[in-house]
Amino acid sequence: MNVSSALMPTPTIPSLKQTGGAASLDATGVHAWFGGRLVLEGVDLAMERSSVTALIGPSGCGKSTFLRILNRMHEVVPGAQLAGSVQLDGVDIYGPGQRAADTRRHIGMVFQKPNPFPAMSIADNVLAGLKFSRISPADRHAVVEEMLVKAGLWNEVKDRLRELGGALSGGQQQRLCIARALAVRPRVLLMDEPCSALDPTSTRRIEDTIRDIADEVTVVIVTHNMQQAHRVSHRCAFFLAEENQPGRVVESGLTPDIFSNPVDPRTEDYVNGRFG
Amino acid sequence: MGGAPVSPRRPPSPVRPRDFGKKDAALLAMSAVSSLALVWVVFYQLTLLSGAFGFLVCWYACFLAMYWMATAELVDRMAASDRIVTVVVVTGAAVVVGLLLYVVAWVTVKAVPHLSWALFTKDQKYFEVLGPHALSTVGVAHAVVGTLEQVGLAALIGVPVAVATAVFLNEVGGRGTRLVRTVVTAMSGTPSVIAGVFIYSILIINHVLGYSGFAAALALFVLLLPLVTRTTEEVLRVVPSGLREASLALGASEWRTVWSVVLPTARSGVITAVLLGVARAAGETAPLLFTAFGSQVMNANPFAHPQSALPLVVWTNVRQAEPVLITLAFEAAFVLLALVLVLFVAARILGRTKSGDRRHGRRGTGRRFHLRPTAVPVDLTIARTIARGDDR
Amino acid sequence: MAITTNTAGGPASSQIPNPIVVRNDRRADDRAFRGIVRAAGFGSLVLLFFIGLFLVLRGLPALHIMGWRFFTTSGYQTLGKHPSFGVLASLYGSVVVALVALAVGVPIALTTSLFLSEYAPSWSRRTLIALVDLAAAVPSVIYGLWGFFELQPNVVGFSTWLSHHLGFIPIFKVVSPPVTSSLFIAGLVVGIMIVPIIASITREVFSLAPPGEREGALALGATRFQMIRSVVLPFGRGGMIGAIMLGLGRALGETIAVAIILGETFAISPHILQHGGSTIASLIAIHFPAGGPNGIADLLMCGFVLFLLTIVINLAASAVVNRSRSGAGVEL
Repeated sequence: MNVSSALMPTPTIPSLKQTGGAASLDATGVHAWFGGRLVLEGVDLAMERSSVTALIGPSGCGKSTFLRILNRMHEVVPGAQLAGSVQLDGVDIYGPGQRAADTRRHIGMVFQKPNPFPAMSIADNVLAGLKFSRISPADRHAVVEEMLVKAGLWNEVKDRLRELGGALSGGQQQRLCIARALAVRPRVLLMDEPCSALDPTSTRRIEDTIRDIADEVTVVIVTHNMQQAHRVSHRCAFFLAEENQPGRVVESGLTPDIFSNPVDPRTEDYVNGRFG
Repeated sequence: MGGAPVSPRRPPSPVRPRDFGKKDAALLAMSAVSSLALVWVVFYQLTLLSGAFGFLVCWYACFLAMYWMATAELVDRMAASDRIVTVVVVTGAAVVVGLLLYVVAWVTVKAVPHLSWALFTKDQKYFEVLGPHALSTVGVAHAVVGTLEQVGLAALIGVPVAVATAVFLNEVGGRGTRLVRTVVTAMSGTPSVIAGVFIYSILIINHVLGYSGFAAALALFVLLLPLVTRTTEEVLRVVPSGLREASLALGASEWRTVWSVVLPTARSGVITAVLLGVARAAGETAPLLFTAFGSQVMNANPFAHPQSALPLVVWTNVRQAEPVLITLAFEAAFVLLALVLVLFVAARILGRTKSGDRRHGRRGTGRRFHLRPTAVPVDLTIARTIARGDDR
Repeated sequence: MAITTNTAGGPASSQIPNPIVVRNDRRADDRAFRGIVRAAGFGSLVLLFFIGLFLVLRGLPALHIMGWRFFTTSGYQTLGKHPSFGVLASLYGSVVVALVALAVGVPIALTTSLFLSEYAPSWSRRTLIALVDLAAAVPSVIYGLWGFFELQPNVVGFSTWLSHHLGFIPIFKVVSPPVTSSLFIAGLVVGIMIVPIIASITREVFSLAPPGEREGALALGATRFQMIRSVVLPFGRGGMIGAIMLGLGRALGETIAVAIILGETFAISPHILQHGGSTIASLIAIHFPAGGPNGIADLLMCGFVLFLLTIVINLAASAVVNRSRSGAGVEL
């Protein structure tokens, strides 16, 4: 084996400085295990660039697990394993030499429970991701303003950017997290039930945000709220785990189709509220 | 897409993605080796420095620098910083474990070649220091007896008081709880020598007591008390309150509830706490210096006359010139270490759950707590109790 | 039936009864129980008070003889017509040893605790934690033994090197070799001894850092260390400070290991790399109760100073931790 070539780095995802806006995400044959137990089986899903894809289905079907596989957060859990490939604009993020931290700069995530950094100010929270990537923008204030505007939070906090991030209400915190995630200009944004703990007003604002950013960022959102899926998404994927079975994608397609004439009877039962 | 569910087929083999592959391991190894070589040359050939300690420090620094540069070149700067930190963190842990093993192994190696049954049957009465078979004329029987008696007496007095105090703090409460708890915390940091000095200046200096094992037991009691109290309190706190309520609802009195319900439930935990306190007391030297005073001969009566103890034998002989005496110190040290280890292991075994793992998550964060303290040396348990903010 | 309404806006009519005072007349045996237990509790109070009291009372003669100069004098001439003794040198020694111990022990402890809470593979964690706890259980006389026979010969070269290259700093100067039995070496040994305490607390505290924030940082593309720096360390700051203070208290009070290393010669020197020096605890251990009544008084007064110091530090440590986010973040 040629030592020097063995040590040469394999091509990685293009660096952040070459962002090309929204990217496509293709999952092929994704399986997931927790502690040896198969929880997700054979998921194939294509999420086109600049689209909003909703992952719907009852609790415990692996939607969040699948979402976390998309940005390599699944492996953070001890005992977690996976198989399959996830391609970001054609480059497999699980390929050899790809580093998880790099991937996560391109594929961002907003969590169900808002998690701003309580010891940092609001402005510093927004800039936190840039700090991790060692990017110092020329005009920090402009970046902060732009992101908070996009997240629909600017008017409420513009006078108190120095206050601590933990001092906001739940809905405000979540919007701050969205601003923080957007600041690194990810190509894909994953959202894990971002509105489930929030009031209707915050929910509406966040849905507006999703619609606004969909051009520059591909969005994948897990949601329990079917009306929300109907409102914001272009495509839907319906996950289901039958008894003692791992979760699978039962059906996926354009949102209007899934809701008005689903192919699979189980999908029809779910979207009509017969179980969930 | 979509349609009928996928027909069952063998799923592919699971993988766990790793950021640190074979290439990265090779990079690490090469950095280590090349820095070692570099420092070796500079250290021993080009300069005239000496000492293993200095060499290690130099090599480590050079290794870190090299590894950082190599990783920054071949991967990227952020990975470099992250990996350097990983190396430093692993080093810290390795140093701790390594030093511990070093100390234990070293004492063992120094003492074991000279071990014999005489160790446990003889004392220093007929010690022929300069004789040809000096070591066969001496043993530490007197010290073993002394340690056992002193620690035993200290536990005998101390455990009931400590348990009673813990019961006061946790079960009875009322006015003064905070004050007593603060006092116990404050006392737990008292240097051990102060306990010995205190007993001396209160009892021995005015001849109420003479140098004796009992005086040592009193000094050890002063040390033992805060430690066992806090640990026991922690154990009692984890007993589910539902049990107490059930007992009271059945009409039992408070003391009956404590005696028949709470304490038995916490029994293993209390035993563990006691064992850990005893282990700590057995290893203390300073309180014995002016209470038991030490002796060369067997004295099985703790209430009169100076008495020896294992730590005292080590202390008295460690700085002597005669190698035989130093060997004696090592032997006593080995026996002491073995004793402490046995107690520690016993405490941990008892601390492990016997009848199923009863987990009582008493905090909303879902942290689980075993019903028994996880067999930690007692001052650590106090430290952790403080860290968890249980000081209410 | 008239419905009474409050139309006038005046105070509500007193139809709400006063709550009854619940009396719980305890039985005799319960009262006895409470009495006994309360006595035990306050016994600790009494004990602590008495320790302080006796140290002061029997140490007071030292102050009578020396006055306030007790705190500014070094030396241990307790016999003879013109005794001169004071706590200065041994207090200096205690502080130096404690500071060296912290300088050595804190980095090792923090890296160890970070390893245990963030880096260690789960199968190894329990064993490693047990080993760290075991390190705390090893008696101090054994650490002293090891430090004297094993560590010292190996560090002497380093001490010499330090004195050559950093000798321009007064405390590092070596005026009279040898460099054995120095405060520096004693500090090294004590540093190793306080590692388990600091590591244990900080590990507990680090593992309490909220997983939501950790994941938030990772999802932003932070490396593990960046995540630790932005989430775990800020969270654990109070616990770290408290742990360090507890370690400091322990280092100040460490007696036997220091006494073994420093030995019986009473040479006072501000130079920490060369032989000589003593700490309050080691001074007491070696000289008590010799020195005549003056000596005893002197040592008891020194002991009282140490006693106060460690109590204050311990109390401050627990206060710091309780007020912090990591310590206060849990409640029943």
